[in-house]
Amino acid sequence: MKKRSFLERAALVPHLVWMILFIVAPLLFVIYFAFTDSGGSFTFSNITGLSNYADIFLISVLFALIATVVCLLIGYPLAFVMSRLKPSAQRVFVLLLMLPMWISLLIRTYSLLAMLDNGGLLNALLEKLGAGPVKIVGTPGAVILGMVYDFLPYMVLPIYTSLSKLDNKYFEAAEDLGCNGPKTLFKVALPLSKSGIISGITMVFVPSISTFYISQKLGGGRFDLIGDTIERQFLYNNARNIGAAISLVMMILILISVAVMNRFGDDDGGELIV
Amino acid sequence: MKKIIALFLALVCVACVLASCGTSADTVTLYVYNWGEYISDGSEGSLDVNAEFEKYCAENERIKQLTGGKKVKVNYSTYASNEDLYAKLESNTVSYDVVVPSDYMVARLAKEGLIQKIDVSKIENYQYIRNEFKGLYYDENNEYSVPYTYGTVGIIYDTNKVSVKDAEEQSWALMWNENYKGDILQFNNPRDAFGTAMFYLGIDVNSENEQDWINAQRILKSQKEVVQGYVMDEVFNKMESGSAAVAPYYAGDFLSMYEDNNDLAFYYPKEGTNVFVDAMCVPASAKSPELAVEYINFMLSEQIAIANAEAICYASPNKLVYENTDYIAEMSEIHENAMEILYGYDDSKMAYFYDLPDAARKTMNDLWEELKIENDKGVAIYIIGGVIIAAVAVIAIIVFISKKKKAKAY
Amino acid sequence: MKVLSRIYMFLVFGLLYAPIIVLVLYSFNKAGTFNTYSEFSLYWYAELFRDSVAIDALKNSLILAALSSVIATLIGTLAAYGIHRIRSKTVKTVINSVTNIPMMNPDIVTGVSMMLLFAAASAIPFLKVEMGFGTMLIAHVTFNLPYVILSVLPKFKQMDKHLTEAALDLGCTPARTFLKVELPSIMPGVISGLMLGFTLSLDDFVISHFVSSSDFKTLPLYVYNQTAHEVKFSMYALCALMVFAILLLMILVNFAGSDGKKANVKKHKKTAAAEK
Repeated sequence: MKKRSFLERAALVPHLVWMILFIVAPLLFVIYFAFTDSGGSFTFSNITGLSNYADIFLISVLFALIATVVCLLIGYPLAFVMSRLKPSAQRVFVLLLMLPMWISLLIRTYSLLAMLDNGGLLNALLEKLGAGPVKIVGTPGAVILGMVYDFLPYMVLPIYTSLSKLDNKYFEAAEDLGCNGPKTLFKVALPLSKSGIISGITMVFVPSISTFYISQKLGGGRFDLIGDTIERQFLYNNARNIGAAISLVMMILILISVAVMNRFGDDDGGELIV
Repeated sequence: MKKIIALFLALVCVACVLASCGTSADTVTLYVYNWGEYISDGSEGSLDVNAEFEKYCAENERIKQLTGGKKVKVNYSTYASNEDLYAKLESNTVSYDVVVPSDYMVARLAKEGLIQKIDVSKIENYQYIRNEFKGLYYDENNEYSVPYTYGTVGIIYDTNKVSVKDAEEQSWALMWNENYKGDILQFNNPRDAFGTAMFYLGIDVNSENEQDWINAQRILKSQKEVVQGYVMDEVFNKMESGSAAVAPYYAGDFLSMYEDNNDLAFYYPKEGTNVFVDAMCVPASAKSPELAVEYINFMLSEQIAIANAEAICYASPNKLVYENTDYIAEMSEIHENAMEILYGYDDSKMAYFYDLPDAARKTMNDLWEELKIENDKGVAIYIIGGVIIAAVAVIAIIVFISKKKKAKAY
Repeated sequence: MKVLSRIYMFLVFGLLYAPIIVLVLYSFNKAGTFNTYSEFSLYWYAELFRDSVAIDALKNSLILAALSSVIATLIGTLAAYGIHRIRSKTVKTVINSVTNIPMMNPDIVTGVSMMLLFAAASAIPFLKVEMGFGTMLIAHVTFNLPYVILSVLPKFKQMDKHLTEAALDLGCTPARTFLKVELPSIMPGVISGLMLGFTLSLDDFVISHFVSSSDFKTLPLYVYNQTAHEVKFSMYALCALMVFAILLLMILVNFAGSDGKKANVKKHKKTAAAEK
């Protein structure tokens, strides 16, 4: 019995070493840089200086929130409809939903830009139809649209997974017991797919709030989000300390909100759907 | 299925081993870090300069001695601004052999010891550099750099969208013109962006007075309303596809864009503008500095220099190019005034960017950061509206869920 | 109602696919712009295979994805084995939550934290850390690990405990028990973790963006470089190829799946008939 427990511990060793070296240590560096100045002495000025970035935090949270809600509003009905199809059709549509996720996000965003740009295909089409050009790129709408477009599958898939487990009988029973359409939706479908909704929300919100590519391309660099600001501090301004402070605050905010979300998701969390 | 996967993995692993064998021991890699779209790279039937250099190394006795007969491979990568380059060199986690910073960045890198001295007497083709480009302010003794190209900033506009009257004014004011709201592009780097504003306001672009920079920032802020985006090389796509109407960019790049979109036109703003020299340097951390010097020499040879000048359309400080009749004919074919635009500008209106003292640079960077993170009020209102809806939706869901929870508890 | 839901599905999928369809269509456009469609040709496909940098990047991506997913699977499977047997609940929770950090954290934070670590390590003279293949591999293994553990751990939980005990009682060494009894039953989890890691690593841009150098460029990094200037249409050709490949794969999987089912049904019928 002793021997076995030794083996059990030994199996954990590589992982523990890796964890300490490459998960814990990097985060300690973030904390270290966030609380030191460029000379290496302790300071709070990076953190207090973040008040300059309050706007950025606000706007990023708002953009990500709107994108998440829009994804939910579009994605939920889609997932619901998909989960009520014939099994063979379901499989086809799930694969169709996953296909865009296989194509690099950069390319997808860029081809969206090629469509929406002032001289892009959409405007060429509108011109032919006689409608004036619509200037989309460089507006907040474009950034949010980009987020919704890029991350919609991440919302639909988990919801679909939890809905597809439900038997049709639930809905039939609800209707037999006198529930109308909306009531069935709110009283039966929504509560039963809660865990899917919550992982969907997390999977859309986190990448949305930290993106920098979408805002650079579709926002034309006019709307700095947290991601842009962090990227600029590290790769352009050489201001690692401020960059680390912003990263730290964002990380804490996100970890807290994810934890809160998981609270709502009952305790059947840990279910991974990608 | 499992077997297929195992087979697949085995194949990939074999491929890994093979791939790593092929490139390691018997080659020397030369790391070149250059601006984007800044070399003749073999696309559209042009000469592939880096491949030519690899061939040249295989044949040249002197280089063979240098490398001990190993094959030379060029690793070419690109950056979008001088500051990107500086951040990379300063971070010290990557090493390059040849870099091509602009004048003021050459001065700064030399001052901070990030580039090393080059003995130009060992570069045989250095004799072809035009005398105007020797001993310039950033490298008075020609110790650190060899000019690669030079150029000027002007305004590119779309003749379909910009009225003749506005264009005829030939002023920086076009970039602040409300009529073209949402169609104007601005540089996405502080030095050039502040440059446009300072030339427009008639302020010395190398000012050390904080107030000057604040004034410039004020009008950059006011410009944010009309700007479609802050871009660097994305400008090519934007202007060629007609997605933007007004953009400040480099004269040489205008010619490249004109090749694809004949509706574009170009002028030098009457208030004055920026002239710059991009020069080849060898970073202090270079692993093969001698091979780097050979590369620089190669870039100055006639055929290569012409291929580059024709591909990137910038003005060349190389006599062999400037005086070559084929080159002149080729450029004139692109645009009838090409030579005039590239070489015939009014010197008295041109200003170099100098390497700013630390304090002024910090002021500029801080003001730029402030500009970038400020969001216009129009947006705020737009957003708050959306947010209220979003918040309500989210709260509704949360309340709903928690209610259910309570209901369950009973 | 049914019609309405069909229309809705059609609409959403249409919007989701519009840019992809445009991209595939224009990858055959010889002119190489979105403004005009000059003629249908395979020019950009030929150009793609002439572009040695792109091919190298693709090769690098595959190598990195394969190596990092294999390493992560090895470490992760062992770790899951260990974690499953930890008795103390607190230790378990601590290890689990630290492991999950790279999954919960936004990619950009993982990227910059790695970058800070490597930059600090590069200051240590005898380590000589330089951004490149090594740093990329470490970063990719790190973000693959939680996904592997998360797909293997449930399999350990589902496994019949008595099987292991029986094997041990019958004189198997723990190592042999793991290989002969436990490994086969957790294999589906191991494979899905491996596949997941492979895809995630293949697709990663943000983390690589912070820990890479020009020495070792993966495909997403190459694409990023292009979108900063002008995207050559050979990139769209590559994407179109990927779309076709995935579509083909999907069709195959679908067919294989339905074939398998049909075969099963047949078998059942046969056995049923035989029983009669």
